[in-house]
Amino acid sequence: MEIIVCAKQIVDVSDIKIDDKTNEPILKGVDDKISDIDKNAVEEGIKIKDELGGNLTVLLVGPSEATENIKELLAMGADRAVMVPWDGSSSYDVVSKIIAGAIEKIGDHDLILCGEASLDLFSGQTGPRIAALLDLPQITYAQSLDAEDEKIVGHKDVGGKVVSIESTYPVLVTVTKEINEPRLPSLMDILGASNKPMDVWDAESLVSDDLQPGLETVEIKGVPMERKKIVFHDDLDESIEKVVEKLAKEGVLG
Amino acid sequence: MVLVYSEDKDITLELLSKGSELTESLDEELSAVLIGEDDPDQYIRHGADNVFVVKTDQETFKAEEYSDILVELMKEGEDEVLLLGADKNGQELAPRVASKLDTGCVSECTALYVENEDIITERVIYSGKALAVERFDSKPAVVTVPPKLFDPLPEDEERSGELIEKEIEVSPYPSKIVDIKEKESVGVDVESAETIVSCGRGFDNKEDIEIAQELANNFEGNAVGCSRPISADLNWLPEEHWIGLSGHKVKPRLYIAVGISGQIQHIAGIRDSDIILAINKDEDALIFESADYGIVGDLYEVLPKLIEAVKEKKT
Ligand SMILES: Cc1cc2nc3c(=O)[nH]c(=O)nc-3n(C[C@H](O)[C@H](O)[C@H](O)COP(=O)(O)OP(=O)(O)OC[C@H]3O[C@@H](n4cnc5c(N)ncnc54)[C@H](O)[C@@H]3O)c2cc1C
Ligand SMILES: Nc1ncnc2c1ncn2[C@@H]1O[C@H](COP(=O)(O)O)[C@@H](O)[C@H]1O
Repeated sequence: MEIIVCAKQIVDVSDIKIDDKTNEPILKGVDDKISDIDKNAVEEGIKIKDELGGNLTVLLVGPSEATENIKELLAMGADRAVMVPWDGSSSYDVVSKIIAGAIEKIGDHDLILCGEASLDLFSGQTGPRIAALLDLPQITYAQSLDAEDEKIVGHKDVGGKVVSIESTYPVLVTVTKEINEPRLPSLMDILGASNKPMDVWDAESLVSDDLQPGLETVEIKGVPMERKKIVFHDDLDESIEKVVEKLAKEGVLG
Repeated sequence: MVLVYSEDKDITLELLSKGSELTESLDEELSAVLIGEDDPDQYIRHGADNVFVVKTDQETFKAEEYSDILVELMKEGEDEVLLLGADKNGQELAPRVASKLDTGCVSECTALYVENEDIITERVIYSGKALAVERFDSKPAVVTVPPKLFDPLPEDEERSGELIEKEIEVSPYPSKIVDIKEKESVGVDVESAETIVSCGRGFDNKEDIEIAQELANNFEGNAVGCSRPISADLNWLPEEHWIGLSGHKVKPRLYIAVGISGQIQHIAGIRDSDIILAINKDEDALIFESADYGIVGDLYEVLPKLIEAVKEKKT
């Protein structure tokens, strides 16, 4: 079983502050990390590999510094990594073409795993886009997977229904965070990760199309949230009395 | 042409409402797509100039075949915009269609308008901390629209339009739906609720959610909400209650977060609340940073007292 997990490096959104003067989000100095659900995808890939045998490659298109974060995925148990440095347009059409190009260069692929969505932009576009570019079936938002040698079944929640979808390989699957609990690599695993292969490929060499983005970002505006933050922590009866008083004044006790 | 499609009829009507606004500024026709059995005339009555009624073997929604159907339909015209619903089906359909048409796609827009003949969208990014304004440089502009963002146009019995039947054969993909299990639906509508009492992992077991309901019952237009783990991990409440980045976005007058830590993905769903009250036993809980009022205490002690106090204040 040849498994490819697509992983994205993102900024840690909980660290983002909004600049009072420009009203823009401040990204400078904010920590970066692998998007959380992509670790669930790696974990699921490792489990399937352990059961059915095969290889697991992680693939990341993004800033060249991401190699540090990729090591964490190698430490978790990926066999090798492919890194495509890219600081051009982050438009989804462009990025997914590069990813699809890299997957074709990797060659054999039975199972491609993505996260349901990345935590910074939360679009969930990349998985279905890659599937379309490679003309593959897709199973999205999988909350659990039953993988066998010849076929895989994914179960997902679709507004009040649990839908189970079966596919032969190759197939693209996007997973939710409930699918598993990603393992924490041990110190030994982390040390071992440095010896695993990491290929670095040039984006332009992977795509024959021109890479004209279909979308241009015009502006990114901060959305500050002002709250009163009045917290009562002394005597409980007193706290409750005060809060109810406040709510009544706000006119929301109706 | 501006084309709208959602498997969900209510969302289709909402899309038609936005669509008719766009067709006015673009001087285009508005078409609805209907795949499968339903009454196409209702779409005309709600603003469509015509309806493509697609006949196909595909019995239920599947993104692969349905994208091929939409792509096939769109091959014929010079389409400007394709509006799809931002429910789970639409979310996996839109990027697949956009990719096949080699065009841009914006998921879950919060605003959509025409400016100097360009299609402009706004959407929330960074878990609600910022708004991205984007311009399409490609056609058609594929956009998914969350439920209830736009109100349907009033039904107009007088409107007429064309029903265009299409037979579209698509080759099946090697994937198939093997099982569909209906889950219990309770019909709550957190998006329209005026007061929401929302439960987090601070609750010890499913039965205790009753206490939250009891508090909620003291308010008009109330609903019980929850954080993602209560619905997705523990299955204590159906998806309809789930609030946050990946759940419902709510805008009540009063939001009471009980035993919820206040992670940014939860906050993403409650930013538009008028007043937020948080109850948490940990005085350093993040939720207090995003609340107007907070009570530090054990919910099992706080809730019964709060219920009494609210009842008393109201009489
Ligand atoms: C891609 C992605 C999307 C997500 N989308 C969403 C989303 O849409 N909605 C969402 O909610 N989350 C979402 N999350 C999850 C989110 O990051 C948090 O994990 C989740 O919100 C935590 O839920 P919680 O606050 O109920 O639980 P916890 O974080 O476990 O917090 C429980 C809180 O209860 C308090 N507590 C415990 N016992 C008591 C008691 N007896 N009395 C009072 N307080 C008590 C604790 O102090 C703690 O603060 C998402 C995560 C990811 C990765
Ligand atoms: N630049 C990227 N490199 C590799 N994988 C990516 C990249 N962007 C997105 N993905 C994958 O696509 C998923 C969904 O991302 P998004 O479409 O940004 O919500 C992520 O969870 C990753 O699995």
